[in-house]
Amino acid sequence: MKLRVNRRTFLGSMVSAAASLFVGQTAENASAHDFTGYESSKGVLVDLSRCVGCRSCEAACNKEQGLPEPEIGFDDLSIFKQTGPDGKRRPDDKAYTVVNAYDPPLLDHPLFRKIQCNHCLEPACLTACFVNAYTKTPEGAVVYNADVCVGCRTCMIACPFSIPAFRYSSAFHPRIMKCIFCYDSRLSKNLPPACVEACPMEALTFGDRKTLLRIARNRLREHPGRYVQHIYGEFEAGGTSWLYLSPVPFADAGFDMHVPNQPIINYVKDFLAVVPMVLTIWPGLFAGFYLLSRRSGKAAIQPPQPEDSSDENTGR
Amino acid sequence: MKILVDEQLGLPIIRNEKAPQTAWKLREKLLLGLSPSDYRRALINNPVNWFLALVLLVGLPLLAQRYLFGLQAITHGSQDYPWGIILGFGLFGMVPLSASGFLLSTAVEIFDRKDFQPIERLALLNGLLGYFFAVVFLLVDLGMPWRLAYPMFVSFGPAAVLFLVAWHVATYLSVQIAEMLPSFSEWADTPAIKKFIKKIALGLTIAGIILSTLHQGALGALFCYAPAKIHPLWISPEFQWIHFFCSSIFAGLCMVIVVSSLIRRFMTWRCDRNFLDNLDEITIGLARGASYGLITYFIIKIVAIAHDQEWLYLVSGWGLYYLLEIVLAVLLPLFLFSYGVRHRIMGFLRWGSVIAVLGIVWNRLNTVLITYNWQHQQEIPHWKEVWVVITLLSIYFITYRFILYRLPVVFTWKQE
Repeated sequence: MKLRVNRRTFLGSMVSAAASLFVGQTAENASAHDFTGYESSKGVLVDLSRCVGCRSCEAACNKEQGLPEPEIGFDDLSIFKQTGPDGKRRPDDKAYTVVNAYDPPLLDHPLFRKIQCNHCLEPACLTACFVNAYTKTPEGAVVYNADVCVGCRTCMIACPFSIPAFRYSSAFHPRIMKCIFCYDSRLSKNLPPACVEACPMEALTFGDRKTLLRIARNRLREHPGRYVQHIYGEFEAGGTSWLYLSPVPFADAGFDMHVPNQPIINYVKDFLAVVPMVLTIWPGLFAGFYLLSRRSGKAAIQPPQPEDSSDENTGR
Repeated sequence: MKILVDEQLGLPIIRNEKAPQTAWKLREKLLLGLSPSDYRRALINNPVNWFLALVLLVGLPLLAQRYLFGLQAITHGSQDYPWGIILGFGLFGMVPLSASGFLLSTAVEIFDRKDFQPIERLALLNGLLGYFFAVVFLLVDLGMPWRLAYPMFVSFGPAAVLFLVAWHVATYLSVQIAEMLPSFSEWADTPAIKKFIKKIALGLTIAGIILSTLHQGALGALFCYAPAKIHPLWISPEFQWIHFFCSSIFAGLCMVIVVSSLIRRFMTWRCDRNFLDNLDEITIGLARGASYGLITYFIIKIVAIAHDQEWLYLVSGWGLYYLLEIVLAVLLPLFLFSYGVRHRIMGFLRWGSVIAVLGIVWNRLNTVLITYNWQHQQEIPHWKEVWVVITLLSIYFITYRFILYRLPVVFTWKQE
């Protein structure tokens, strides 16, 4: 009998310790529910109507981040004809940003769009990472720590914009490669990222995200005919630090319009709430089943009857 | 097929025959009582081993290639499909099939269903090996496999679903090892271990139920991170965890039916009467349980479509594919089980189980790979990646067979 109590106490303390861990966790999530970004978060406003597809931003990024020399030079515009395995080029382990050309039906000239990490306010990659390799800095950058990354690539699954890329080619130093908003070399010193500085057309504007939203709304108000009335990134995926204005419907410029308007973590919270319930209810429930299926104090009366075999998962 | 394990073996070892003071004998414990040369001859005479050798001959160099030159060497290294067939099959497919351990230990230890006892150890072994090999598959697919223990000891992201998966698989693996220790202790003649495990059996079983519920569910919840990438019919953020958990119930039960049927057919010499004579009744009981799981699963899948208002998707091409999956992988085995249980047609139950097992793997591959990025281009796995999967499966088969031959799983160890 003594042993039984010991075991029960042990199990109980195990479960409550584990439960408190997860209960604390969900409480934290609940408070994070209203998180709308850091007050001082920086951002970049991309105005597609101003981009001429010169790829200066790609070149500047490559140099700033010390990425490998591309096969096709940055001044070779034939790259816009090139199609990747999924139709268009995407940021990968050799390029943190790419510019693609689109032919929207409403325009008689191609439209260019720069793609890079949008630096979500509540990043999916960060919330999906089980070793905490991602950090959202107060300046707005989503940075990555290769020293703790295990290489599970859940961040790539989670990112609604499919931005993080994996260095598959390395056996000993694989890692995630993604735009870090030039955090180390520039953003932390309150400098704009290299791509913004390199843009000759002022298609990219760096500043406080709040200011950028005001600027974007101003442009929409002053030139209603020049833009579609939407700021991509204001609400997408719960809001992103990078914002876009477009002269054509965003879908025609290759934007994924299926990205939900709430942070990706919201889709996972239902399950996270189940966890502490299972941890706390199951032990009592199944210990109860155990007691119910046995007559205490009496010898078992009936031998098992195979004919009457009700199944185990209905709980009878 | 009859030849699968039809080795002309001498005497199956079923008791500790040595005198108490003599040393542990390699020949009896590992070589099934055969002399090394006889054992070697038996190995060579078995064509299944030749097939396995052929698979490994190509597969092991491919594995070496992966560890020396990176994942790119054996996969397409797709940035758009971060999880390929190695994880899609090895982790997401194998884990539901390994729910058998907690299901049968619950039936026997919690609900006192002694009639399932002859199969309990097989279900536990099936669970243990399934989980163990899911981790092996993971070690091949992880970018930095040497950091496998990081989420436990180095850096924590406790709000992530994968954090739960990692912790639960790790702890549940320990629980399953503990649950298998009694057979090991009989074989190794260390009765103290068995006595100890018997004392904590109830705790282990309940821990197994909790951990299984949570991480079978968590594997489903992982896909809630990609609500816009997977086809809506295969992802339902509110219900994904219960879909995965519920389907693991019939998947685990069906896997036990499949494995026990194979053992009875091809490894009869190793089974004792307790296992052989009760197997039909047990199979009926398991199939009945699986059919409850299947009908529940079918209904909650429909509930999810109704909840997300996705009826219109059903008339698209993807919708037809979805209906095909539901009919072949859920309704067909459900029909075979219901009819087979009522009329005691064992063939229906056995083939229904095979279909359900393949069906659940199909469902997981549909979620991870086939309907992932459904609006974009499809990923077709590299042949080397497929071969690596088959290689790991072969190693799984060899391990499974090795243990079944030796440990008292489908036979009872004679107590002195």
